[in-house]
Amino acid sequence: MKSSPAKRRTIWTIISIVVVLYALFPVASILATSFKLPSDLTSGTFLPTNWSWSNYEQILVGDAQGLFLSSLRNSIGICLIATFIAVVLATLCAYAIARLDFPGKKLVLTTALGVSIFPVISIVTPLFNLWRNIGLYDTWPGLIIPYLSLTLPISIWTLAAFFRQIPWELEQAAQVDGATTWQAFRKAIVPLAAPGVFTTAIIAFFIAWNDFVYGISLTSTEAARPVPAALAFFTGASQFEEPTGAISAAAIIVTIPVVVLVLAFQRQIVSGLTQGAVKG
Amino acid sequence: MSTSVEAVRDAPAKPAATRQPLSDRAKAERRLGFWLAGPAFIIMLAVTAYPILLALWESLFKYRLTAPADREFVGLGNYATILSDGLFWRDLGVTVLITIITVVIELILGFALALVMNSALKAVRGWLRTAILVPYGIITVVSAFAWFYAFDINSGYINSWFAWVPGIDSDLNWFADTWTALSVIMASEIWKTTPFISLLLLAGLAQVPGELTEAAEVDGATWWQRMSKVIIPNMKAAIMVAVLFRALDAFRIFDNVYIMTNGAYGTEVLSLLAYRTSITRLEIGMGSAVSVLLFICVIIICFIAIKLFKVDLSGARGGK
Repeated sequence: MKSSPAKRRTIWTIISIVVVLYALFPVASILATSFKLPSDLTSGTFLPTNWSWSNYEQILVGDAQGLFLSSLRNSIGICLIATFIAVVLATLCAYAIARLDFPGKKLVLTTALGVSIFPVISIVTPLFNLWRNIGLYDTWPGLIIPYLSLTLPISIWTLAAFFRQIPWELEQAAQVDGATTWQAFRKAIVPLAAPGVFTTAIIAFFIAWNDFVYGISLTSTEAARPVPAALAFFTGASQFEEPTGAISAAAIIVTIPVVVLVLAFQRQIVSGLTQGAVKG
Repeated sequence: MSTSVEAVRDAPAKPAATRQPLSDRAKAERRLGFWLAGPAFIIMLAVTAYPILLALWESLFKYRLTAPADREFVGLGNYATILSDGLFWRDLGVTVLITIITVVIELILGFALALVMNSALKAVRGWLRTAILVPYGIITVVSAFAWFYAFDINSGYINSWFAWVPGIDSDLNWFADTWTALSVIMASEIWKTTPFISLLLLAGLAQVPGELTEAAEVDGATWWQRMSKVIIPNMKAAIMVAVLFRALDAFRIFDNVYIMTNGAYGTEVLSLLAYRTSITRLEIGMGSAVSVLLFICVIIICFIAIKLFKVDLSGARGGK
């Protein structure tokens, strides 16, 4: 009951189109909204009747500029720092787990697992009060520290899975061939480990970039408020205008870099996500 | 130190070990291991265990930030108040409902997607994988806004698109009724996280030995028989891990609900109740108690999953 190649190709084309539509439709939807003029927002159509850049102008050079650009700066800075700290600590930790013999390996991995299933909201209440008392409320460190609870566990798991697959004997082989310990490590292991570390950094960055609960709970001004929280507190150009267009434009601006990253590194991201989670 | 004593005791039990126990080299290795893994371990405890202990302590007080002088010890009083309040139970019910429905639909949809990707022609496989990674990369808040604006009575186009469906007309306000609002919230949650489940299931599918499926096909098993007798039993571990992780994730749902209804019209979930109590109303004691209860719920889910489905998390997630 084998169907002909041509028929097979048609069926697969249809299935692929359905899947791609499923994946991209909401993005297309908010993209279309971002080009609508306020007068067009209630037209009930998918595409704008008049395409306009005014929403982008409003958030990039107009009156919502301060709010949006400062939150963008906060998000980029806070997420990069949180990712950097998590990846450095996780690299050391995962190296030890994959390479060295010491008691407590399993405890470290179990703790990472426990932390990753922790409900964020359970940590927010005590931190809210603590941060206000010690002056970390509404500051960059006040978000970087809790973000480690999101980025560190997944980094440890992903990197431990990556590092287990590295053939560590290479290092010894290089030493036999006359390299010093450091040379052997740098020339034989670092090139093999680098892609895993890079992938982990991207995944950790996504997770930090996606945070909302910490963002709205532990900040109150433009000093530290990240993009997702800023979107939720956006107000329009006037008191009486819904900021739908401006929010859509801002959403598109913060989505595009992430989608480009995903497209550029899809192979690594998929292997990183699934190795850490299923194979090990 | 006690660790080296243990090493001596353990040594005879492990004749296979070629390395000399307690050698200077082994000791140095242990020390290095502790130094390298220690900081990450300590930070993980500091950012989670410490705050939750703090929440446990604060939950025993009647404490409002607006009236700090009235702070007084009430023991388990906050818990009694919450557990006897219908609102808590309604929010718990909504959360459980969202968890069950989204996980079931995501599992079916994710499995279908994984099958499609697994058997797609090479030429389209890369495209499909790229496309389904897009929802994974998008901020939940952005996805929530996308769905909200599409269905919103003012800016939405869904009503005019589906006006031919009975029950939908241009006046339908999706976010003014519990069931329609919950449907949109769940749809956005499902859209956003199904890709992750399907990637896990795809990895699980890849682990099913090809010879088994081929043998079954040669023996004349139908597609459905191959699926239910060979493929699914062989990827049970991947399925269980996917279900557990998604269930825990769905139970913590917050962003979508906050953006779309902010808990109005009976759509409030537990996370939102905790947020509203502590951050909005500044009732730190009561909010801490809700946070602790939420934490206990998550532990119960894990416990049930491990006992009932015999998920070996450490094995499935890469532990030794």
